[in-house]
Amino acid sequence: MSKYLSRTAMGMLMACAVALPAAAADLRIGLQDDADTLDPTQSRTFAGRLVYTSLCDKLVDINQNVEIVPQLATDWTISDDGMSAVLNLRDDATFHDGTPFNAEAVVYNIERGLTMPESRRKSELASIEKVEATGPYQVTITLKTPDASLMSQFTDRAGMMVSPTAAKAAGADFGLNPVCSGPYKFVERIQQDRIVLEKFAEHRDADKYHFDKLTFLPIPDSTVRLANLRSGDLDMVERMAATDAAPASADPNLNILDVTSLGYISIYVNVGNGPRAETPIGQNKLVRQAFSKAIDREALVQIVYEGMAAAGNQPYSPTSPWYNKDHPVQPRDVEGAKALLKEAGLERVQVELQHPNNPVVAQMMQVIQAMTAEAGFDVTLRATEFATLLSEQSQGNYELSRMNWSGRPDPDGSIHQFKVCGAPQNDMHYCNPKVDELLNKARTVFSFEERKPLYDEALAILADELPIIYLAHEKYVYGLNKKIEGFELYPDGMIRLANVKKVD
Amino acid sequence: MIPYIARRILIALPTLLIVSVIVFLLQKLLPGDPVLALAGEERDPATLEFLRERYGFNDPLVVQYFRWLGHALVGDLGISLRTNQPVLELIGEKLPVTLQLALMSMVFALGIGIPAGIIAAVYKNSVFDWFANFVALSGMSIPNFWLGIMLILLISVNLGWLPASGYEPFFRDPVRSLQTMLMPSFVLGTALAATIMRHTRSSMLTVLRSDYIRTARAKGLSRREVILSHSFRNAVLPIITLTAILFGELMAGAVLTEQIFAIPGFGKLTVDAVFNRDYAVVQGVVLCTAVGFLFINLVADVLYGVFNPRIRNAK
Repeated sequence: MSKYLSRTAMGMLMACAVALPAAAADLRIGLQDDADTLDPTQSRTFAGRLVYTSLCDKLVDINQNVEIVPQLATDWTISDDGMSAVLNLRDDATFHDGTPFNAEAVVYNIERGLTMPESRRKSELASIEKVEATGPYQVTITLKTPDASLMSQFTDRAGMMVSPTAAKAAGADFGLNPVCSGPYKFVERIQQDRIVLEKFAEHRDADKYHFDKLTFLPIPDSTVRLANLRSGDLDMVERMAATDAAPASADPNLNILDVTSLGYISIYVNVGNGPRAETPIGQNKLVRQAFSKAIDREALVQIVYEGMAAAGNQPYSPTSPWYNKDHPVQPRDVEGAKALLKEAGLERVQVELQHPNNPVVAQMMQVIQAMTAEAGFDVTLRATEFATLLSEQSQGNYELSRMNWSGRPDPDGSIHQFKVCGAPQNDMHYCNPKVDELLNKARTVFSFEERKPLYDEALAILADELPIIYLAHEKYVYGLNKKIEGFELYPDGMIRLANVKKVD
Repeated sequence: MIPYIARRILIALPTLLIVSVIVFLLQKLLPGDPVLALAGEERDPATLEFLRERYGFNDPLVVQYFRWLGHALVGDLGISLRTNQPVLELIGEKLPVTLQLALMSMVFALGIGIPAGIIAAVYKNSVFDWFANFVALSGMSIPNFWLGIMLILLISVNLGWLPASGYEPFFRDPVRSLQTMLMPSFVLGTALAATIMRHTRSSMLTVLRSDYIRTARAKGLSRREVILSHSFRNAVLPIITLTAILFGELMAGAVLTEQIFAIPGFGKLTVDAVFNRDYAVVQGVVLCTAVGFLFINLVADVLYGVFNPRIRNAK
């Protein structure tokens, strides 16, 4: 018997020894939701971006401090008048199908983003007049207007380079079989089940990538995602629910990490979009200020997000260099709020607040309902399914609406398109020529020192007029098996796998 | 039998047509602009207009419907707005998953429900009856998502016996495929077993009280023969109907269970498609489910004949 046992044990050990190297070379990542089409030009989901980070190299990337660093472009210069940019490209990159990466490919990709009818990148690339290859590994971009955010657009999908050969052949169906130049290449996808990538051996940095195969598994239920991580079926999960983070931290086999995102959680106020803007809160900034004052943001992030969000009152989080420190997050002030309402000649204010119908958001809005009630607001909550909420918002059929923004590395991306008169995301129909002037000017100057005072001035006006009431900045929470080493956090929430290893 | 089946299929066609019209109209009645959902964070007006035009949202409803129908008749169910994948291909991907889950769940449901129902009826008001009722009520009252999460925590996380979630195609890795499906089908199956048990019990009780059973007993037939051959055979007809309906419901996809166990079946597909206003997918899946439902009911009708010669021989 004991002989049998020891033989079995030996056998198992040997099996482990044989199996381990293979297992160590696989990484299984649990996603909160499934990606949409895997074409960077057409895609629009966060989950998709997580996959692209390994699949598609970009012209430039960001570092952990949200500064732009080279990726496919080695260096770049912007002309003094800001009307053109010259990008020098690396000469040692190839696409997964063997197509060489060069200036022609960049020209093709940028034009694809600008002209493909299905493109979702047009707003991001809107400032580009034309793009030309001015050398085998050099492109020159001519702009319609100076655009300080141009290079930052290339840190995300607008800067992802796809193989021109594959893209021309597949047209709008490119996403079914994406071909890029990243450290991993596409193998297969089963919708709502998995996306599999394998290592691209010819990648210039192949020795920095230690996994042979990546599997992304969409598992929508956060508890189940965590259960898979704990049982060892997954190595890593992203966007863990705040409620799961605390119990998961107690597990000695897991590492729980978080990073404050570039985005924000906010409430839009309909100040000019159709007849429903004709409300006290839509017409009188004092009422909006009172509403904002009545909210205890610190308590909100503690109660609803269990600390996995940072209180905020601007489009940029308090840790961002772009944050206007002259207008810090204020503590709750119910008396101050009542005084403002009194100044506005009002006792109680009726207002309807629409919000997406998910439990965490609903809870957050209920807390706000209770907080503002003490200051004199009778808030009616209207839980709305998300697609409906979006169209109600753009049609102006709302008074207050709870919205998120995923954020952009450049400050412009989180403010200009929401606050400028007639801008595409300005569902509030907020319009202030002074703000327009400042935000437009901030696009035309390039140094931090020149741009910062312009944003500060605009933020001061916006903090007074409050067309958007900012509440908080979500954190990206990751759960990792302790065996995973070398994972670094980035404020854009992406999973960058260079130098990440699984050790036993 | 063949003319009978042919007649049933002919009757099914208008039903499918009506289903497709209703689903189409209901979707169009939903508030929310599909193009805004499709565009994501991009709000470029030209892109929105292009998408509206490309998917034909600018045309009158009647035109949109007949265009869809015309394509559907030649086997083209359109493409998913979300991923550009052809809907037919998507259905082909999900159908085996949903079918496997439905079949395995039915094995649990029938395997538990029928014996429990028979025992409960035969030993009416005994400890067995009481116990079977208790189990049935628990099966019906415990929410699937709760039982699912508890099972995952117990079986996968603490004991490490089964994978926590996910799916493996049967023909790629049969063992793992069965392993991944075991917990979800148990969760679904136990809930259905309760319903089946209750129906089996009441149906058996009615039959057991009838005169011919008393006659059979009086003839001196064994207890086993009376229960299984005489009583159950007659009691089984309503259970076949019930099973067909339950199976049809399973084919529509078990949304919560699929969500918990991350199974890429019809339920998850449909719900995501509704939220994204992915009309073609919703339309295609509902059509496919309706066909499945009608087919299963046809099978049930045929099975009636197998179990009951009177139906089989009726002209």
